[in-house]
Amino acid sequence: MMILVWILQIIFVPAVSPLCIGIIKKIKAKLQNRDGASIFQVYKDVWKFLHKDEVISSDASWIFRFAPYIVFAITLVVGVSIPLFASFLRNSLTGDFLSVVYLLAIGTFFLALAGMDVGSAFGGFGSSREMTISALAEGGLILALFTTSLIVHTTNLFAISSVGTLLSTNYIIPTLLAFAGFFIVMLAETGRFPFDNPATHLELTMIHEAMILEYSGKRLALMEWAAANKYFIFAALGANLFFPYGIAQSFGASSIVWGIVFLLAKVFVLCIAIGIIESCMAKFRFFRLPDLLITSFILSMLAIGLI
Amino acid sequence: MVTFLSSGLNFLLLLSFFALGAFGSLLVRKNDRLANAWQSFFGIVGALWGVVFSIVVFMSNGLLFTANSTAIPFLTFAINIDRLAAFFVFIVSLITLFCSIYGIGYIKHYYQKYNIGSLGFFFHLFVLGMLLVVTVSNGLFFLVAWELMSIASYFLVVYDRNDENNVKAGFLYLVMTHVGTAFIVLALLLMYKFTGSFDFASIKEQSLLIPVFVKDIIFVLALVGFGTKAGIIPFHIWLPSAHPAAPSHVSALMSGVMIKTGIFMMIRIFLDILQPVPLWWGITILIVGLVSALMGVLYALTEHDIKRLLAYHSIENIGIILLGLGSSLVFVSLGNMPLALFGLGAALFHTLNHATFKSLLFLSAGSVINQTHSRNMEEYGGLIKYMPQTAFFFLVGSMAISALPPFNGFFSEWLTFQILLQGVASASIFLKSIFVLASGALALTGGLALACFVKAFGATFLARPRSLEATHAKESSFSQLSGMGLLAIFCLLFGLLSGYIGPLLAQIGNNLGAFINFPTFIAPVLNNKLVAPNSYGSVSALALFAIFILVLIIVIILVKYIINRKQKIKLGATWDCGVDLKPRMEITATGFARSIILIFSGVLRPSMQQEIEYHDAKMRYLPKSSTVNLSLHDVYRVNFYQPLNKFITVLSLRVKTIQGGNINVYISYILVAVIISLFLAQ
Repeated sequence: MMILVWILQIIFVPAVSPLCIGIIKKIKAKLQNRDGASIFQVYKDVWKFLHKDEVISSDASWIFRFAPYIVFAITLVVGVSIPLFASFLRNSLTGDFLSVVYLLAIGTFFLALAGMDVGSAFGGFGSSREMTISALAEGGLILALFTTSLIVHTTNLFAISSVGTLLSTNYIIPTLLAFAGFFIVMLAETGRFPFDNPATHLELTMIHEAMILEYSGKRLALMEWAAANKYFIFAALGANLFFPYGIAQSFGASSIVWGIVFLLAKVFVLCIAIGIIESCMAKFRFFRLPDLLITSFILSMLAIGLI
Repeated sequence: MVTFLSSGLNFLLLLSFFALGAFGSLLVRKNDRLANAWQSFFGIVGALWGVVFSIVVFMSNGLLFTANSTAIPFLTFAINIDRLAAFFVFIVSLITLFCSIYGIGYIKHYYQKYNIGSLGFFFHLFVLGMLLVVTVSNGLFFLVAWELMSIASYFLVVYDRNDENNVKAGFLYLVMTHVGTAFIVLALLLMYKFTGSFDFASIKEQSLLIPVFVKDIIFVLALVGFGTKAGIIPFHIWLPSAHPAAPSHVSALMSGVMIKTGIFMMIRIFLDILQPVPLWWGITILIVGLVSALMGVLYALTEHDIKRLLAYHSIENIGIILLGLGSSLVFVSLGNMPLALFGLGAALFHTLNHATFKSLLFLSAGSVINQTHSRNMEEYGGLIKYMPQTAFFFLVGSMAISALPPFNGFFSEWLTFQILLQGVASASIFLKSIFVLASGALALTGGLALACFVKAFGATFLARPRSLEATHAKESSFSQLSGMGLLAIFCLLFGLLSGYIGPLLAQIGNNLGAFINFPTFIAPVLNNKLVAPNSYGSVSALALFAIFILVLIIVIILVKYIINRKQKIKLGATWDCGVDLKPRMEITATGFARSIILIFSGVLRPSMQQEIEYHDAKMRYLPKSSTVNLSLHDVYRVNFYQPLNKFITVLSLRVKTIQGGNINVYISYILVAVIISLFLAQ
């Protein structure tokens, strides 16, 4: 039985992540008075890309060819290392928050290298911007996650989420501050407004799209899917570490079902929030972004100070 | 067998390998090939011997022997190889081994140009000096070894003497290293004044005789003296110019090992000899480490000279090591010994890891420079197609230094993070804020280092060649590749075995002075995963690696062979908006880092000079050519070294007034000096 739960945990992230992206797109469409595509459109896109032929630049090396596999595989490994619907799965081998942060950094590393590999100006500048933002975001991310681990006295993500709740204790304000810091980093790392525009191919505004501009076919599918996975990972981290309500604490069919329901509900609330933010906010100028990231850093510092 | 291997005789044998290597290469200096063979052979054999010797000594609880010589008072040939020293002998030998293997092929390009014999002579003296520095236990003898190491490395820095910049860099290095030595001499003399001995063991026994404020002075002197060698900011200015000037296999040794001797002596003096440790020492070292780590990586980002970039990363990593060491000192003074040992283990593990990945990076950079005849990254590009293996090894080194699992850099940074987090959990609000700042700085450093190595790898190896030289590059020779390959394997191996190595290194502290009064300490259990203190967390390198490889294989099989088998791949040109794509349209190393530099312009103080030449100089309508010169304000030179220099010059001018040039005056000065010293001696 336990094996089944683990298998569920492994396939959960890639299975649900396109749905989240679909929901955000739907919300944005509704707010723009459009009907929008179905929320399952992202699945169809990925499936279509997977069966297409590919064009690869003659300048590309094995880094470009191999990067999508690494980037995608990393999101799966991280998907196993974080609490999703069950905190009783105590993964003490890879479930440390620092290993999760640095595993995600491997994905960023290869994504940025792949952007530089084809030698177009777009890819290079996309990589440069991506690395600038992720370098500044890393401090805020580590400190935000660390706030929660300081409250629970462990750096294991499963152990943190198994507390049940942080808000009923004395730690309401630090938790909320750290979550605010985390949310900013989440927007930065997953390429949402006001950091990046996921829907654009305009050279001045692209970050993530610029890096994967040269991809096509199955490699593009993997890259898009990996981006969706990364979004879901951050959403799940935000939901389970700062508001660990309803997560399955013990083994049992009903608690697991409730765990999944709660997780999806929390993630969908985050999706709605992001959809609304993206609809009523403009993208920031690139050199305004560090201010936002430093704000996230300071919020987390404050949170730690208050514990 | 084991008793011989761990005997003093064997240590002398080890030293004699390098002495033989040194003087032998001088003898055969007439023949380039023979000189190369001689020095490489003795380098490899001696280093292998050193690796075996250090492991045996480490396992057998140390080695201590003294050979008194009555010829010179105080100068006793005293050797004390405890676990700490054995660990550093291991690092020196391991890196020397791979550098010597690499050297066989690398030295060839100096044939007919420079004297190969003298390269071997100084190389071996340099290694000999480092081996002695970490093993001697007598202050005066230590200074001799320290000078041997410094002078030999000076001659290696100026080895490529046809380049004027190298000679300048060497001179700066020589001056700075001796300023550092002056501080060290002062520290040793102060210890001698109160304990009456130059022997480290007896100073340690009588360290209670040294008054507290004198200990504080010794701490500052030693921090500046050894910090200069380690390259802490602001005493680092020699490092980015001296390390790149040396031949690459020597740069690898200097950056990977020599600067660590500064760390070694800090551990020796602060944690072993001078006890007890006040709290502010640890806090000072934490702050120094924090500044060095952050500024080191920021300066590295501004560089487009590949070896200078790596040299600045050495400063960053020294900072990370000091973060571990500083927290260890803090916990020692708080009396929390398990945490202190854990912090020391983190610092030592990072020392080992930095030695492996930094020498790997320097060696692969050396191969690239050898092929392209330039250190400027803007003139590279696309080298992955011409030097695929070198590119792969550089990639491994980049991932290790950016702390990406499963390579070794991640696990020592993980340990450092964990010890800093333990510090944040401490009660005092002041300590807490220091540790929060330190962990924030470490996190930021990690992110910036990642950006810097995307820049270094991307600008060097990816996209299209940006110069003609780059298109003529060829893969390096077999010996160079095997030197780099073995180091790359060790980068992975130290990462995968981190669960075993981590606890082993924490044991080094057991026979240091700071921990000697805590015999109840339980030896850590060897585990397949690294475990943080107070069961805060754990990470298993083997599991991470296995899961990642498994998932990767499954994904590749699924996507490539099951979902999509009939797919065709077409090769085409990169999309270029309809124009002809030129190498000049690629992003450059400078362009890549520009946005980060602008964000940190408050600390980095970038400057831009624009010169435009006109066809019509009077009217200035038609520009002919324009040059943009980007650089940084040299804050240290302008605000620290130049005022100091000015002060010394003014002082010297004042002193000049008593120098009349008349010999009678000088004799009377001597007379006065003799009388005064006679009075003082009473």
